[in-house]
Amino acid sequence: MISAITCEEVRVSYGDLQVLRGVSFEIAAGQGVVLLGANGCGKSTLMRSLNGLERLQSGIICIHGDNLTVASRRDLRRIRRGMGYVFQQFNLVPQLSAFQNVLLGAMGRHRMGLLSCLSLTASTEERGKAMACLERVGMADRALHRPSELSGGQQQRVAIARMLMQAPKVVIADEPIASLDPKAGREVLDLLWRIVREEGLSMLCTLHQLDLAQEYADRIIGMKAGRIEIDAAISDTDTGQLNALYSGMTRVDAEPAGEAA
Amino acid sequence: MSETTLIPPRFRAPSALAWVLVVGFAAFFIQGLIASEISLDRLVRGASNLVRFIGQAVPPDFSRAPNIADAMLETLNIAVVGVTFGCLFSIPLALLAARNTAPNAVVRTLARFVISVSRTIPDLIWALIFVVTVGLGPLAGILAIIMDTIGFAARFYSERFEEVQKGPSEALTSTGAGRLSVIFGAILPESFASMTATSLFSVEKAIRSAVTLGLVGAGGIGVELSTAMRLFRYDQAAAIILVILVVVVVFEQISSSIRKRII
Repeated sequence: MISAITCEEVRVSYGDLQVLRGVSFEIAAGQGVVLLGANGCGKSTLMRSLNGLERLQSGIICIHGDNLTVASRRDLRRIRRGMGYVFQQFNLVPQLSAFQNVLLGAMGRHRMGLLSCLSLTASTEERGKAMACLERVGMADRALHRPSELSGGQQQRVAIARMLMQAPKVVIADEPIASLDPKAGREVLDLLWRIVREEGLSMLCTLHQLDLAQEYADRIIGMKAGRIEIDAAISDTDTGQLNALYSGMTRVDAEPAGEAA
Repeated sequence: MSETTLIPPRFRAPSALAWVLVVGFAAFFIQGLIASEISLDRLVRGASNLVRFIGQAVPPDFSRAPNIADAMLETLNIAVVGVTFGCLFSIPLALLAARNTAPNAVVRTLARFVISVSRTIPDLIWALIFVVTVGLGPLAGILAIIMDTIGFAARFYSERFEEVQKGPSEALTSTGAGRLSVIFGAILPESFASMTATSLFSVEKAIRSAVTLGLVGAGGIGVELSTAMRLFRYDQAAAIILVILVVVVVFEQISSSIRKRII
């Protein structure tokens, strides 16, 4: 089976602070994995590393067999093109319409970059595709609204449509519902996992809700203080084990054992 | 209250540096007063001269109205053409000078240097330089306005670029888009409103400076004004000053009402 994401002994530090302390795991193509862990345990750093936004101190990250750590700038762009990213803060361009934001998702695919993705200059085919993506997330009727005119849940839907437009093989979702209320959060998560399953994508998604994690994931990876504590299929985990991720020494910046409060 | 805690003193002696600065400033100020020979007598004479000037200036002489209109039009041309090119050149310069868009530190330092040079040298001096290099007339004025606009607009553009939220640019970078695409897809749209306001402000500024550029021969209504003054035709000068006043005020009103609507 092809592995979608491979991490081997990944270490990242900010100055003296060791954030990732040797993280290794492998995600098979088509697998949906939820990454759990308390705030400050290194989840976000791991997610950013997978996208090449952080420099590794040591270790290897491969995306579909392409080594991210030694990739040239061009290779890095190619690897990123195959990887959709859904952010906690949606990260839509506030001054542009939902439609234009979705179109921008195609930017990596074109040699002309932005010129092929402006609503004014994009090909009819791409414009149609963008509209289809918006339809799929149920936002077609809001195509010309700006992000500020949409609710949080709607903005995240548009962000998911942008990810769809990019046509990736792997999806990284960094706390996609952390800034949404429970109802909107569940709807967005439903949509995200449905799309991932329908398209047969691999996904690594961080969440803070254990019940949702157990409901959607095939497999759970639990992080604590920069290391992986749990890595098990969903049927092999129990709630007590998951709750333990959030107690004791969870943060990477905590004082050494014994001195911590 | 325990004996070890002290009430803060009412007055704390300023530091030595503060003393040096205050005394230095005072000395310089007094020396300035003495050097400029300000005396009550001169002020009184000045006041009576002002009355004489006003007496000769009223009523303003509009007999040269067609020439004044021509010169005013030339001033507006200088301002509009100069500010347009100035703003256009400012965009790439500002991108090279902003921390988050500059390709590397060397280019960034160089771009910032160019911008600060064009800002530090006053517009009248730019005009003098260009009168020497391209000759008398509106072209020198336009070039002077371009330099003046770059110093102002490029600096504010680049500051705006640096304030842009990181999220949207990061999102576009993560799709595999190139640097230029990210800049034009996320950073420029986010800065657009503020850039328009800055550009409109540059227009106001350019019209005010274009008026004075003529004084050093760089074209426009300033040429008319300095001629009238030199020939002691204060009534004609008054007419020109009135026209300048009206045009500048009208333009500032238009531009500030547009700016209010954008922001």
